[in-house]
Amino acid sequence: MQWEIVIGLEVHSQLATQSKIFSGAATAFGAEPNSQACGVDLGLPGVLPVLNREVVTMAVQFGTAIDAELGFRSVFARKNYFYPDLPKGYQISQFELPIVGRGDVDIELEDGTIKRVGVTRAHLEEDAGKSLHEDFQGCTGVDLNRAGTPLLEIVSEPDMRSAKEAVAYARKIHQIVQYLGICDGNMQEGSFRCDANVSVRPVGQAEFGTRAEIKNLNSFRFLEKAINYEVERQVDVIEGGGKVVQETRLYDADKDETRSMRSKEEANDYRYFPDPDLLPVEFDQAFVDEVTKDLPEMPDAKRQRLIEQYGLKVAEAVTLISSRALADYYEAAAESAGDAKLAANWVLGDLSGAMNKNNIAISAVPVSPAMLGGMIQRIIDNTISGKIAKQVFEAMWLGEGDADAIIEAKGLKQITDTGAIEKIVDEVIAANPSQAEQFRAGKEKMLGFFVGQVMKQSKGKANPQQVNALLRSKLS
Amino acid sequence: MFEQTISELSAALRAGEFSSVELTRAYLERISQLDGELNSYITVDAEGALAAAAEADRRIQAGDTSPLIGIPIAQKDIFCTDGVKTSCGSRMLDNFIAPYDATVITRMKQAGMVMLGKTNMDEFAMGSSNETSWYGPVKNPWDLERVPGGSSGGSAASVAARLAVASTGTDTGGSIRQPAALCGITGLKPTYGRVSRFGMIAFASSLDQAGTMTRSAEDAALLLQAMAGFDTADSTSAEEPVPDYSATLNDDLSGLKIGLPKEYFGEGLSSEMAKTIHAAIDEYKKMGAEVVEISLPNTHLAVPTYYVVAPAECSSNLSRFDGVRFGHRCEEPKDLEDLYKRSRGEGFGDEVKRRILMGAYALSAGYYDAYYLQAQKIRHLISDDFTRAFKEVDVIMGPTTPDSPFKLGEKASDPVSMYLSDIYTIAVNLAGLPGMSIPVEPMKGLPAGLQIIGNYFAEAKLLNVAHRYQQQTDWHRLIPEGYGA
Repeated sequence: MQWEIVIGLEVHSQLATQSKIFSGAATAFGAEPNSQACGVDLGLPGVLPVLNREVVTMAVQFGTAIDAELGFRSVFARKNYFYPDLPKGYQISQFELPIVGRGDVDIELEDGTIKRVGVTRAHLEEDAGKSLHEDFQGCTGVDLNRAGTPLLEIVSEPDMRSAKEAVAYARKIHQIVQYLGICDGNMQEGSFRCDANVSVRPVGQAEFGTRAEIKNLNSFRFLEKAINYEVERQVDVIEGGGKVVQETRLYDADKDETRSMRSKEEANDYRYFPDPDLLPVEFDQAFVDEVTKDLPEMPDAKRQRLIEQYGLKVAEAVTLISSRALADYYEAAAESAGDAKLAANWVLGDLSGAMNKNNIAISAVPVSPAMLGGMIQRIIDNTISGKIAKQVFEAMWLGEGDADAIIEAKGLKQITDTGAIEKIVDEVIAANPSQAEQFRAGKEKMLGFFVGQVMKQSKGKANPQQVNALLRSKLS
Repeated sequence: MFEQTISELSAALRAGEFSSVELTRAYLERISQLDGELNSYITVDAEGALAAAAEADRRIQAGDTSPLIGIPIAQKDIFCTDGVKTSCGSRMLDNFIAPYDATVITRMKQAGMVMLGKTNMDEFAMGSSNETSWYGPVKNPWDLERVPGGSSGGSAASVAARLAVASTGTDTGGSIRQPAALCGITGLKPTYGRVSRFGMIAFASSLDQAGTMTRSAEDAALLLQAMAGFDTADSTSAEEPVPDYSATLNDDLSGLKIGLPKEYFGEGLSSEMAKTIHAAIDEYKKMGAEVVEISLPNTHLAVPTYYVVAPAECSSNLSRFDGVRFGHRCEEPKDLEDLYKRSRGEGFGDEVKRRILMGAYALSAGYYDAYYLQAQKIRHLISDDFTRAFKEVDVIMGPTTPDSPFKLGEKASDPVSMYLSDIYTIAVNLAGLPGMSIPVEPMKGLPAGLQIIGNYFAEAKLLNVAHRYQQQTDWHRLIPEGYGA
């Protein structure tokens, strides 16, 4: 039987505020346990939540960016359940009236087509603390630093039909929140995490199959692997005559499998009701206009502009806009270099390679866009060849100065004096008579041997075009 | 000294007749002599009180003329008090020393008031007789076999017995007005949002409101002045200006339109109570007020509505008492579930458990629409009744309770009959309106209260109406036998 996969995602995006959603405690990551939890975060008797205005602004910016209906009147509700890292015994979230309603995002599929994925809603809520099971013999420690950290939970429609689509969607949301500057997107620190609702159904069947929810996927790779595993598991269950049960599952990255956490029967009845400690959140169009008037260019618009303005290929533009910081870097480097195409090659080539190799983010790259641009100028004006430029780039990366200083210090200036090159060419031909004979006999690829020898003799500094031309004329 | 009002004491303190330390010491002695039987205090903080009194004396000597400076007050044990046990009448919080002050406490400290201690109350403010307290029942100083009412029973009894000049209370369904009526004192529940709830342990957040329990409306005006006002720490507190409550106390009442809801004078009201309430209303007629009968047709729905809304909110509000971070934790829990079950099972009393169960049920899937949502709709109908009435009248009057204080144990095993003792007060909370209870002519030596209900933020009007009555009558000056100075 042919199976169709149906996926919906819930993305928890931590909002980049200075203080918590309902208290004045700081939100910085990695502080001493319980050092960033005030009375409100501890759920002391008598404390009350007070909404951080900034989260409303951020949610409205997100809603606007995905062209969603905004909840001009939204209501915080209590989600009641007991857990040691949930201090009040309820989480303040939004239920019936979320701050962001129906919207859409476009994702690009592998074949280059664009698919529109619906966003059902996005709502504000507070994060829970963390239970720490290591370090405490037979006990559990509770760290409430994260309790009360603002989250925007973004819920998609069940519109995705493969793990790859799900990843493309998640990446797109990741891109949007980072472009808006409302989330740092750091997945290792849990600032951006996904739950995937996965089900399968026979191709052609209208109703959905029973779904399983896979919790807390904190990398795009795990998201893809977990979905693929889960799809296979569900198909096996059904084809083996069984039934998929509705349940919550956890992905174990070490074993690459999903495991049951709790079934629907054990699931909590959260007894949602409007939080009487908080007034409904109300704003008007003037507020929306005010907080969205300076929104940065969104990824889709930026991609289109890069293609049109710089003549880039679609694939190049897609990679460059994967993060706002990378796109900004590229534009600055292109500006400085005066050659957008060459700048794209370098940013996507050697720069990205070095970032991957050293595992550092664009924000931490030691070569500034101006330095890269300056080096590209030296290629354009023939001071150095593209090959020598790689050496210059490496030196810049190691902090040895800008391109001009390095070219000067290392004597890397290209030899363009025809006489000097001719001398080396003559020497090389004279030293390799049999190879010269073979070339003349029609073995065209011997030319590469001679070019290599000449470049070696010149320590890479001879202008390659001149070397080629001279070799051809002298060997013929 | 024990019979003087706040303004009289304040004048005496400023005139140097006695110091705040002397006044405080006198009250502390009186508490140690008389409260053993009454049980109106859970905690007496003699050391803290004397230190605060000494500080008040320094301020008075430096020329500070704040009206409340140096006045001893009792705080209901529902308000968090920094460094002082805050039990909320529950075993659950028997070991809880609050690490911060409620806004009400902060404001009273700033006003220079001296906290004598924390008063007894029904557990988590759930009760109408003070019998649900982990610390034992409070007795009514008018008759030690009778209840003082609740939940602010300790606050009411301490003021009636002159064990505090004044006290604070909280009112979710009548918890200030009902004990004030049963103990013969003046109780004021302000408009919802008038006084900050920050630091006040929540029972039902959309109904809870802190207020004053005093010997007179004049004292209530001074106390409310210090308590009222917007608080950035409470999103539900109102950004309404606070008027000068003492300035309008003596306003003339001629032409005042008083509405008497016919539903408050029907079945269930004792004939003696009806008589004494009507006598009080006649007093208003003498002052030139006009009395009209009105109808609040949804009155009969108030108690059932309340017993959905309040338990629903409490079931969630009390979830934080889980034995994890503070409060009672069971001995040697086997696992997490055992920790929760035994800590909460041991920490909470029966009435609290009953309400948590009712509330969780009303909010659960499949019942939410039929109970919680329906109750919210009726709540609007009840508010609309009052809105319509206040288009015709300035204040609404009626009995605070159906009868005089009942005997200890009389209703303890019959929750519904207990719940019905709040039948006249509950609708006011559901609507969020201000309400007062003032003492009227006692019935067979037992206190009775006249309830005065006002429009939103009409506390000044209520105080004026109450004060004028207290200028004409002396019922509020009566002292229970054995508690005279």
